[in-house]
Amino acid sequence: MSRITPKLESLKRAGRKALIPFITAGDPTPEFTVPALHALVEAGADIIELGVPFSDPMADGPVIQRASERALAHKMSLRKVLEQVREFRQKDDSTPVVLMGYLNPVESLGYRNFVDKAREAGVDGVLTVDMPPEESSEFLPMLDEAGIDPIFLLAPNSTDKRIAKMGQLGRGYLYYVSLKGVTGASHLNLDDVAHKIKEIRQLTSLPIAVGFGVKNAETAAAISKLGDGVVVGSALVSKIEAAGGDTRLALKEITALISSMRSSLDA
Amino acid sequence: MTNLALTELYNLPDQRGHFGPYGGVFVAETLMLPISELTDAYYRYMKDKDFLAELDYDLLHYVGRPSPIYHAERLSREAGGAQIFLKREDLNHTGAHKVNNTVGQALLAKRMGKTRIIAETGAGQHGVATATVAARLGLECVVYMGSVDVARQAPNVLRMKLLGATVVPVESGSKTLKDALNEAMRDWVTNVDNTFYIIGTVAGPHPYPAMVRDFQAVIGREAKPQMLEMTGGLPDVLVACVGGGSNAIGLFYPFINDHQVQMHGVEAAGDGIATGRHSAPLSAGRPGVLHGNRTYLMEDEDGEIIETHSISAGLDYPGVGPEHAWLKDSGRAQYVSITDDEAMQGFHALTRLEGIIPALESAHAIAYAMKLAPALGKDKTILVNLSGRGDKDINTIAAREGITL
Repeated sequence: MSRITPKLESLKRAGRKALIPFITAGDPTPEFTVPALHALVEAGADIIELGVPFSDPMADGPVIQRASERALAHKMSLRKVLEQVREFRQKDDSTPVVLMGYLNPVESLGYRNFVDKAREAGVDGVLTVDMPPEESSEFLPMLDEAGIDPIFLLAPNSTDKRIAKMGQLGRGYLYYVSLKGVTGASHLNLDDVAHKIKEIRQLTSLPIAVGFGVKNAETAAAISKLGDGVVVGSALVSKIEAAGGDTRLALKEITALISSMRSSLDA
Repeated sequence: MTNLALTELYNLPDQRGHFGPYGGVFVAETLMLPISELTDAYYRYMKDKDFLAELDYDLLHYVGRPSPIYHAERLSREAGGAQIFLKREDLNHTGAHKVNNTVGQALLAKRMGKTRIIAETGAGQHGVATATVAARLGLECVVYMGSVDVARQAPNVLRMKLLGATVVPVESGSKTLKDALNEAMRDWVTNVDNTFYIIGTVAGPHPYPAMVRDFQAVIGREAKPQMLEMTGGLPDVLVACVGGGSNAIGLFYPFINDHQVQMHGVEAAGDGIATGRHSAPLSAGRPGVLHGNRTYLMEDEDGEIIETHSISAGLDYPGVGPEHAWLKDSGRAQYVSITDDEAMQGFHALTRLEGIIPALESAHAIAYAMKLAPALGKDKTILVNLSGRGDKDINTIAAREGITL
């Protein structure tokens, strides 16, 4: 069973919002990833989104594209990401882990093979950016059977019909992409987000995490009030990139950012 | 082996854009609405008399259609076998088949009220064809082009700029066509409200593979009666180069139900299939998902897309249109490959023997037709799609042959 729903329910009971950091597995090095995940949890992360690097990240902005390129330069692969999750689970059996990436590496491994390996490793959710529900009729039942949550994206231009459909097919939470654009874009409008989330709430009872454009503790806190959780990706990955291969500095910077977001979320 | 049952009543793709297991719509959620709007508009206007009349008018008066068919007698004699005919898409305005599609999509953009056009380009032919129609319609135009291609296709970069387009060099990934496509998708997702994305080949999410095919099918529709008039019959074999595959599908599609006509698509073998340095996913790749559709791809064992190689920028792409993937699996079409060296021989042969300088892309088709001709009788006919002219490639050829311009 996935750890996501119990985690979100217990946060809700406590009146708290989920803080969901995203980093790309293998960036800047494969050795960095597992210790970084533990550090993020310690700094206040509730759920981890772990990016699976891909050669052609069509929906990502330059920051996460470069993270993919750095990881792939170290021969990172979906297989190795699954090994990292297994390693993470040796010390942490409670923090939900969602894999986020593109479909081709999953197809390359084979749906069945991937689902078996992901379950064994301790993966809780899978977000495949370029696989809309219309194309997932083979994959979804396998995930369901394995107790892994399919996480779907919702966008500002998602129609009511699609929101309802994602509400039915999705598990764990829905990831609301707060703006039209790629990851790391900067023109976030809080009123628009609030308005759309109200609409989504009328069509589904799944929790909603909001991401894209969450830069700092202040925006994180503001965004978190609108949904059930907030995803922070490019802002973290930028810190890793800025550390220029100094992994101790990178670790210090990302834990500092998550701690500050945690405090402002709980304030 | 040809499984005729699969293609006898050919009506692909299905409603959601599938050609058997290939095609489909594999994009992020933000693109689902614009894609569904585009799909609606495409199905509506492909049946709209006014739209089709305007398209026909532009093809006649602006593009210069119909393009002639030319009997390459000296080339045929040199090859020694079947008679080789050329469908002269190189004579179109802007010098290639690409404009057939950009004229159509631009008219669609106008009907949909879009004010901004974006495109990806490899060799620059599609970028030029897009910038051309954008200039004519007074639309803003942004073309994404891998920085490697910007360097090797300088004349086309200048053409696009002269036409008023902004050319954005793409520095990510392998800095070629696939990365230009990624970047164009990112632009589209950011500017969906006012922007129309003109994809240049029969790839991308549905409806692009079907829509681009339908705009390019004018090639095969013209060729049928032209060949009947010139030779008294349909051609025995159709030959076209395949990168994404738009000129090939444009020629093949109207012949799909003529089962006596063989179809041969020619991929770029680069340095040779065995070297791994090539752009031939149908010959040496496997199915996967990239750029919005499922098709044959060049990828490593982990599903990461690998860098491709071809002397011809227009064929330098790791995927191929999903309809070609289906035509391959069903056996209706065959796919072969031609190396850089062989393409150069084809290039020189056509230039010297017929006074026609072909694009390096099309030179692959010429080289293969010359290889195939001796295996067929002198009474057989091969129709090659001469998809573009070679002026844009003179720098590449000079560099390869050690000539200083």
